[in-house]
Amino acid sequence: MSAHPTAAREYQPVFLGKTREQLDTILKRYPNKQAALLPALWLVQEARGWISDRNMAEVAEVLALTPAYVKGVVTFYTMYHQHPVGRNFVQVCTTSPCNLCGAEGVVKAFLEHTSARDLGATSPDGSWTVIEVECLGACGFATPVLINDDFIESVTPEKVPELVRKYREGRR
Amino acid sequence: MGYPHKPHPKETAVLSKHFGDAEARSYKGWVKRGGYEAWKQAQAMTPAAIIEELKNSGLRGRGGAGFPTGLKWSFMPKEKKKPHYLCVNADESEPGTFKDREIMRWTPHQLLEGTAIAMRAIQAEVGYIYVRGEFTEPFAIMAQALDEAYKAGILGDLKIYLVRGAGAYICGEETALMNSIEGKRGNPRIKPPFPAAAGVFGLPTTINNVETLAAVPHILKNGAAWYKAMCLSNPKSTGTKLFSVCGQVQKPGNYEVTMGFPLKDLIYGMAGGVPRGRTLKACIPGGSSVPILNREETESCLLDYEGCVEKGTMLGSGGVIVFDDSADMVYQIMRLARFYAHESCAQCTQCREGTAWTTKILQRILAGQGKSTDLDLLLDLSENMTGKTICVLSDSCAAPVVSGIKKFRGEFEEYLAGRRRPVVAA
Repeated sequence: MSAHPTAAREYQPVFLGKTREQLDTILKRYPNKQAALLPALWLVQEARGWISDRNMAEVAEVLALTPAYVKGVVTFYTMYHQHPVGRNFVQVCTTSPCNLCGAEGVVKAFLEHTSARDLGATSPDGSWTVIEVECLGACGFATPVLINDDFIESVTPEKVPELVRKYREGRR
Repeated sequence: MGYPHKPHPKETAVLSKHFGDAEARSYKGWVKRGGYEAWKQAQAMTPAAIIEELKNSGLRGRGGAGFPTGLKWSFMPKEKKKPHYLCVNADESEPGTFKDREIMRWTPHQLLEGTAIAMRAIQAEVGYIYVRGEFTEPFAIMAQALDEAYKAGILGDLKIYLVRGAGAYICGEETALMNSIEGKRGNPRIKPPFPAAAGVFGLPTTINNVETLAAVPHILKNGAAWYKAMCLSNPKSTGTKLFSVCGQVQKPGNYEVTMGFPLKDLIYGMAGGVPRGRTLKACIPGGSSVPILNREETESCLLDYEGCVEKGTMLGSGGVIVFDDSADMVYQIMRLARFYAHESCAQCTQCREGTAWTTKILQRILAGQGKSTDLDLLLDLSENMTGKTICVLSDSCAAPVVSGIKKFRGEFEEYLAGRRRPVVAA
């Protein structure tokens, strides 16, 4: 993940070189540019870790939309980050079937073993953000947890310390 | 990545036959197992003949509504004047349901083959497979399968693309999914017009669930009569269905049974029943959007569309959530209401306000601050949330609330009377 753009620094466009080529490939799949919005936002998030207002303006320009329209879409979908998150982004499912199987304990264990003390708050060193999410669609493998792009099944509080160690050290 | 259970002897493994078999994932492995034979067969058939075969099979949509698949396909314009589209609904997000995920993880070509056949039947040249954003692994597996299928040249001129969702339960609603593909907020659309007239990009579109399409190759290969003969109860419900059993059971997982199979045999026989020393209290048989069954109803329910309706619930998506006697039904119902409040797209007042208000009332009951009029208020609210909105998310929130109060009223009253310790902070 590259450095987060700030107001002090000059804006570096996302859609250059390879990323621009990826977007061009995606555009061929649809009869209009607007339809490439969700994939374009994914490309931004992959490149920058989150989606800033300036990024939204760039996406708007590239797809011939308005920044307000793009923001409307970004805010609808929960997986787009509108602010920077920890290097390890942990999503724990806590909807009913997982709740019945002890998901609350998994959340607690993640908060305890990472330095992210509160739900949604990034740890001071920027390494962890832990959130509760609604149904991850793997209820038979309670409790499923998404760490970054890794979907991990059947997590119990006992398994959390080892997982945290693994991701802290950057191993997968 | 392991697969938890070997098939139970009472299962009828058609779609799930190769679950857990990593070799079946590859194009070569799938062809070795008889894959793409049905697609070759379909290419020699007219679209009308494919639709007729599907109609005769009795296959009904496995996403939740149970609409006859052949009939749905027949709504597409016969004379093609504009481009036609197929959307594949792989936005599986209904709490309790995890069957489409397994189809994509283990048998991606089964879905691609069904998709190709459907595209021929409805004369579509473009198909979008919309996979929920959280399904990172199924997405990668589908992407690889698609790549292999194109390299093998099996898909001909068909253009099939994967679309990644970005976290929104409502995008599993068919018109919301189409809006999402179009780069819009996932707001459901008013119907009519129905998708066959004006779907994605305003053009004729058919949308099918993953499990529905996965069944299609088997029907063509073995014949409609073979499929129709798989029926244990009502002849209007045919074939096999995957049931995702979860919650408080010993062996959660996907089990594939013939339509009309007894729910009690699924829970006690296949899934091993509730944990040792516990008894079954309740069950939601079709994903969180359908009414809750008590123990007696659960033990006498037959798993088909009609059998579930007879018990006052619905087959839905086949997500079976089991609750044992340790479950706090008030808390669980609040948790479901909170889910719907979180997922409401907020277009319709009844839903936007109703789901949030329902959650708030349930939370205050759980905090020991409920009022004696709260249960009537919840029921009144639920009535105003049912059948009054663009889509059924609002109705889905009301279903567990109304059935929960009806069947487990005592638990609510214990909180209201201060006989249960509050479990939620005020």
